[in-house]
Amino acid sequence: MIKRLLVADRGEMARRIFATCRAIGMETVAVYSDADTQAPHVREADYAVHLPGNAPSATYLRGDLMVAAARKAGADAVHPGCGFLAESPDFAAAVLDAGLRWVGPEPKVLALTGDKLAAKRMAADLGVPVLPSYVDIERIVDFPVLVKPAVGRGGRGMRIARDAEGLAEAVAAARRESAAFFGDGTVFAEPYIDRARHVEVQILADASGTVLPLGERECSIQRRYQKIIEESPSPAVSPALREQLCAAAVAAARAVSHTGAGTVEFLLTPSGEFYFVELSPRLAVDHAVTECVFGLDLVRLQLLVAEGTPLPMTGPPPMRGHGMEVRLYAEDPAYAWLPSTGTLHRFAVPEVAIGFRPLIQPGLRLDAAVEDGSVVGVHYDPMLAKLVAWAPSRVEAARLLAGTLARSRIHGVVTNRDLLVRMLRHPVFLSGATDTGVLDRHPEVFVPLVSGMDTGKLSCLAAALAAAAGRRGRFPSGWRNVAVLPQMVGYDGPSGPVEVGYRFDRSGALAAWSVRPPGLSGTADIEDQPLVAVVCAEPDRVSLDVNGVRMDFAVHRVGDVSYVDSPEGLVTLTELARFPLPVPAPAEGRLMSPVPGTVSRILVVPGQRVDAGDLLMVLEAMTLEHPVYAPGAGLLAEVPVTTGSRVESGAVLAVITPG
Amino acid sequence: MTALMSTVDTRTPSFVDNAEAMRERLAELDTALAAAVAGGGARYTERHHARGKLLARERIELLLDRDCAFLELCPVAGWGTDHPTGAGVAGGIGVVEGVECVVIANDPTVRGGAVNPYSLRKTQRLGRIAAQNRLPLINLVESGGADLPTQSEIFIPGGAVFRDLTAASAARLPTIAVVFGNATAGGAYVPGMSDYTIFVDRQAKVFLAGPPLVKMATGEETDDESLGGAAMHATTSGLADFLARDERDAIGLARMVVRRLNWRKAGPAPRADVAPPRYPAEELLGIPSADLRVPYDPREILARILDGSEFDEFKPRYGTALVTGWGELHGYPVGVLANARGVLFSAEAQKAAQFIQLANASATPLLFLQNTTGYMVGSAYEQAGIIKHGALMINAVANSRVPHLTLNIGASYGAGNYGMCGRAFDPRFLFAWPNAKSAVMGGPQLAGTMEIVARQAAAARGQPFDEAAAAGLRTAVEAQIETESAALFLSGRLYDDGVIDPRDTRTVLGIALSAVHSGPVEGAGGFGVFRM
Repeated sequence: MIKRLLVADRGEMARRIFATCRAIGMETVAVYSDADTQAPHVREADYAVHLPGNAPSATYLRGDLMVAAARKAGADAVHPGCGFLAESPDFAAAVLDAGLRWVGPEPKVLALTGDKLAAKRMAADLGVPVLPSYVDIERIVDFPVLVKPAVGRGGRGMRIARDAEGLAEAVAAARRESAAFFGDGTVFAEPYIDRARHVEVQILADASGTVLPLGERECSIQRRYQKIIEESPSPAVSPALREQLCAAAVAAARAVSHTGAGTVEFLLTPSGEFYFVELSPRLAVDHAVTECVFGLDLVRLQLLVAEGTPLPMTGPPPMRGHGMEVRLYAEDPAYAWLPSTGTLHRFAVPEVAIGFRPLIQPGLRLDAAVEDGSVVGVHYDPMLAKLVAWAPSRVEAARLLAGTLARSRIHGVVTNRDLLVRMLRHPVFLSGATDTGVLDRHPEVFVPLVSGMDTGKLSCLAAALAAAAGRRGRFPSGWRNVAVLPQMVGYDGPSGPVEVGYRFDRSGALAAWSVRPPGLSGTADIEDQPLVAVVCAEPDRVSLDVNGVRMDFAVHRVGDVSYVDSPEGLVTLTELARFPLPVPAPAEGRLMSPVPGTVSRILVVPGQRVDAGDLLMVLEAMTLEHPVYAPGAGLLAEVPVTTGSRVESGAVLAVITPG
Repeated sequence: MTALMSTVDTRTPSFVDNAEAMRERLAELDTALAAAVAGGGARYTERHHARGKLLARERIELLLDRDCAFLELCPVAGWGTDHPTGAGVAGGIGVVEGVECVVIANDPTVRGGAVNPYSLRKTQRLGRIAAQNRLPLINLVESGGADLPTQSEIFIPGGAVFRDLTAASAARLPTIAVVFGNATAGGAYVPGMSDYTIFVDRQAKVFLAGPPLVKMATGEETDDESLGGAAMHATTSGLADFLARDERDAIGLARMVVRRLNWRKAGPAPRADVAPPRYPAEELLGIPSADLRVPYDPREILARILDGSEFDEFKPRYGTALVTGWGELHGYPVGVLANARGVLFSAEAQKAAQFIQLANASATPLLFLQNTTGYMVGSAYEQAGIIKHGALMINAVANSRVPHLTLNIGASYGAGNYGMCGRAFDPRFLFAWPNAKSAVMGGPQLAGTMEIVARQAAAARGQPFDEAAAAGLRTAVEAQIETESAALFLSGRLYDDGVIDPRDTRTVLGIALSAVHSGPVEGAGGFGVFRM
């Protein structure tokens, strides 16, 4: 029996495991870095141990510190979570050597599954189809290929090369990233299959040899090889195909003597053939959709297996309904998925039935890493939360997720919420025609939800009226006995700066309004707008009657920023200073960092000539790479950063003298 | 507390007719206000904008706190005269950084902001409102100086503007001058006498004499910037405390100055919870009689302007042609004196005198609602001492020390104008409704009186009376009196602080009361209250 469990992970996954521990009466120990001091996962554990520092390499990737923390806090078992050290055979061995229980397969299983080439060979030996592996990169002749690190996990380091020329950069990037993250720069390639789907089988195995296949998940909607929508069952998998996939998964798990929770990943081609990719010997981030359709608590079963208890069933229960999960990320899909950092001033998802535990009846589950006021920093994965719907059918699950996401209030960082909503409502997605290239083929999903001029304008008006309501005093707002000019307020919004003009009559009714680009004289006529009546205006809520249809706008003001949520989505507006301070014009040729991060590689030296588009350096931010290209030709005058420099957004990376 | 019960029926023909007549007067007011706002007209406005400069009212709007109320004072000064409506100056009471201030802005589109006799009177009136009510004064200056053709009416009295500025400063009323353009010769003393000065770079020009006059006087060849540029004054002469990059920056600096005044209102604070009147302000259009000879019940007005329509009458059964009593307006206690049936008799005069003394005893501001044709005439009344009693009332009004607000809601004739705190009795604020009239007496009465006197004079001289000439004269006099007693005419001559829309009455009086409470509110001392 495990008495006290240390979870060597953070964020929503740590919270997920703690939730089950509480439900089964197990004591809990959290670990946390400096930045996570106030994180919810720390508060929710019975005990917590500080890991000084912030970089993963100094904290959550330090197996020795984890073991010491477990000892110090009196834990008798360690759960590795699903990131950081979950697939590290060395860490598993260190935990076992320390006399602690390890929630996961034996170290030797981890060693085998961590070597993708070896795993593929093993699968091939079992008769499971695999794609050829090109280890000798130089001799590749058939393109396109996918370059992958031989070790590691997730999509990290993977690159497509469509020709020999692209291959070199892909290989270099994959090697660099793999070396940085997994301490091993070995890469290989395999044929890249267009329009393939990513399908994986959840397995659960105990020490007595029972291997339970728990259906498949489809995770084809991906960005940068990282999943953003996952579901079970897959719209592309028939019962017959499911049987084949499950049989292959069970065979692979048996062959490596896997125990506990794991995932066997496959590529599914448009013609219905499948190929083994790898066995991920840990709890998957997207395990919740499987929990929905099977009604199981996978963490509970995982802990039972770790305690040596046989699985309480020999075959999978029947699948019921459809589970679908979206991953909400702090990132800007419209701007190369740049991670967004800052304070999450509000994080409110409505109508959620439960968090971190399986749903008991159809509805919504939220596994969130964050809460109101959380700071999204640069150190860790920018995933904010997973929202999971369980519904009788796939379209119902998609509609529920889309509706709830659209009504969620997420303020302070840019997120992929709008993209998720547009994808979930997209006919291609709803038809089930999902593959890993869908996002690339449908740029329309990158358009923000509020894209109509009218809702955008009305949101600006609502922000201004809410602010005016906050200033309401003894006398009618903005009252004039000689009415000349409207009240004017400028905002920087999604479509650039705008100026809102409004005027109330003596009874407080909206007499005139306008939203237009700034610069026009304040005396301009402002009465040429759709008929809008203010039903009510409070500092945090404005209700407008627009041509007979009433719409509510929730306004949340933080400093100069107003977050305006309406049924059509969020509009973020920064109030422009009424009396702006002079801003020094940025010197020509200065290249600013687009994102806070670390300089991982510099390819140029001062004094060198560069051409427009030359790769100058690579930044790493929130575990992703951001190439920095020369904006124009010139002489590189200055490079004020070095490899390893931490830079804030807007920091000068290089100075180029044009010419 | 007693809530007033209204008996107004908006469907009666008289209500409909009254409202119709009032809307006609309001349309005239709107025309006059539009003329004031138009300033020097489209051409000069466009030229001013093309220079990247803001109009007077744009400067004011930018200076004010967002969404605050702004009461323009004397907006139609100059109406009906040879000078432009508005008198080339815009100003009033508004809130800057949470501080109620008087703001005065020259309108440079009107003859370069030149000061004519009405500009001077308006500027002085606004300055006096600031001084009496202890409001900081902000001057937004851009004026080419005196309007030379009328200099004889300006130059000698105009010096008072500068004296008043420094007197305000001595009384610890902050004065701020923001100079956007010309402030030359005498005009230079507006920034010169102010506590704080802000000059707009490459726009402000402040010197005693421009380059041509200097050349004439001393032979020196120089230029505007060296003589009086903003940068020179900010770095060399020290006349400018702040050098602003542009107009917007200058206004931002003025707000910063106000923020740092650490200004506190000296009067008592209003009640926090204020109930609105129980009856709609809109009905104020149809209540006042279009025919001034028909009196109406001022309680119907009070029911639409006082907090919760609550009004506790004092001496309700004595001297009933004058309503007196206590109420609150936007949380400020007020004592009200309102004419109910036109004529003031001895009882009404004595009741008023006693009531004014009581208001002084409790330091309660007074609100006079004028609708009077004057004190009663006739031998019975003279013999009963109507002059003595009227004098009691006028004495009480004149020597009362609590703030007075006066609103003409109909007629204000004869000595009634004095007893009901007319302009000469220096109320803190005096407003008129568009239907209001004020004169020594009504046009027909005046014309009739003149005719009787002429007839008597003819008879005394034994000459025949020319009936035809008399009829013509009578018509002409009547017309002249009607014109000259109208609200707009009087407002044009600065005999009030503005003609207001009746529906705005509560707001206007609220702003005025709030301004009044910037300074201490105290009553007169001396004798105990005389029972009368």
